[in-house]
Amino acid sequence: MRRVVVTGLGLTTPLGNGVNINWERLIAAQSGIRRIESFDVSDLAAQIAGVIPRGTNPGELDLDAVVPAKDRRRMDDFIVYGLAAATEAIVDSGWTPSDAESLERTGVMIGSGIGGLPNIADGALTLEKSGPRRISPFFIPAALINLVSGHLSIKYGFKGPNHAVVTACATGAHAIGDAARIIQFDDADVMVAGGTEAAIHRLGIAGFAAAKALCTTYNDRPTEASRPWDRDRGGFVMGEGAGVVVLEELEHAKKRGAKIYGEVIGYGMSGDAHHITAPAEDGNGAVRAMRAAIKRAGIPVEDIDYVNAHGTATMGDTIELGAVKQVFGDHAYKISMSSTKSAIGHLLGAAGAVEAIYSLLAIRDQVAPPTLNLHNPDEGCDLDLVPLKAKERKIKVALSNSFGFGGTNASLVLRGY
Amino acid sequence: MSDVAERVKKIVVEHLGVEEAKVTENASFIDDLGADSLDTVELVMAFEEEFSVEIPDDAAEKILTVKDAIDFITANS
Repeated sequence: MRRVVVTGLGLTTPLGNGVNINWERLIAAQSGIRRIESFDVSDLAAQIAGVIPRGTNPGELDLDAVVPAKDRRRMDDFIVYGLAAATEAIVDSGWTPSDAESLERTGVMIGSGIGGLPNIADGALTLEKSGPRRISPFFIPAALINLVSGHLSIKYGFKGPNHAVVTACATGAHAIGDAARIIQFDDADVMVAGGTEAAIHRLGIAGFAAAKALCTTYNDRPTEASRPWDRDRGGFVMGEGAGVVVLEELEHAKKRGAKIYGEVIGYGMSGDAHHITAPAEDGNGAVRAMRAAIKRAGIPVEDIDYVNAHGTATMGDTIELGAVKQVFGDHAYKISMSSTKSAIGHLLGAAGAVEAIYSLLAIRDQVAPPTLNLHNPDEGCDLDLVPLKAKERKIKVALSNSFGFGGTNASLVLRGY
Repeated sequence: MSDVAERVKKIVVEHLGVEEAKVTENASFIDDLGADSLDTVELVMAFEEEFSVEIPDDAAEKILTVKDAIDFITANS
């Protein structure tokens, strides 16, 4: 089987724009969660979110630098975020070929959970107010999820498989796993893969709040709101951003002397067949996704040192923790497991990709990022959950979990190279 | 230059992000100014908005240059 390594990373998240600033702030236990200022939140139950800092200073996202203002009419923000992260990853990888064969052997698989929600909401208002003749010709392509992959392929001329995952909060993990398989199957040598989300909009907040998924009790203390496994947690905090990696067939990467962050050695999927928004209470879906990924990796569970949990700060936290105990047995007490959503909130379709990148950096620097706000672990949460501060430790192999509405689960196993 | 021509050119410059000097009366939106078919639809919408005119689809299809737009608007507003 062809082996797949990661040769480029790109991030734009509430902690900042760029991989380095993200990692620096994450390890320093900083939070990217703040009050929403871009629209009126006075009648919304949740008034906080993980918002990307925008501007032209280092670490801030400058939309104009990613896509000129006139071209942004063609795309909602989730596409711009995806392009920002993908561009960073591609530059980082050094893979910008110009010959026909290389371009045909390079594909893109960037997904999103929701896609152009703000654009659809605004378009609906235009239709109601001014009628169908005022709907922009860019309305549809600005909102379609696969247009991130589309725009990226047009920008760089990548003519290989062009695909997009839509599996709610498991999107980013599924994209990386499925893209790795495309390389393993020899349908491409390089895949640019990940997830992106920009759903911090009145309609998005209202929708998730109605589903009782959001934290609504910390509006006055935003940085304390996302508290995975803490007994005072009360739901997730919406986040926005994108994570994109460049995946590459091992020999292809070695031949061109590429820097290698790690190897995608395992990928597992499962379905809960249980409920549209709630995870199965016995954690069976999570157990099967993790076991499938570890089986594919062909390693004993004892080889895994760090788990980047789905850990959204909901009821699901304890279910996931129970599932980890089932999968790891006694070894569960030797791993470190943290939820980086405590710092950035839940990036929905981008979460799995962002967290895979954090996991690769944890392997690179031998440090487990912290779980912020974990002051009083809930009953039974007796594993090392890396509370409050990052922890230096041996990390050779990391497992990253992502679970989505609809009962869709994905786990990735990543190993240092 | 007429007022209509000024306003048409301003819209073209803003929507297509091209230099003002390139927006001559004979310039074709697609061939000379880099527009695609979606841009031209949006341009027509912008003209409708600016001049409070309705440009039916069959007329819009014939608006290929800056001059076409100016002539249509002058004749219909």
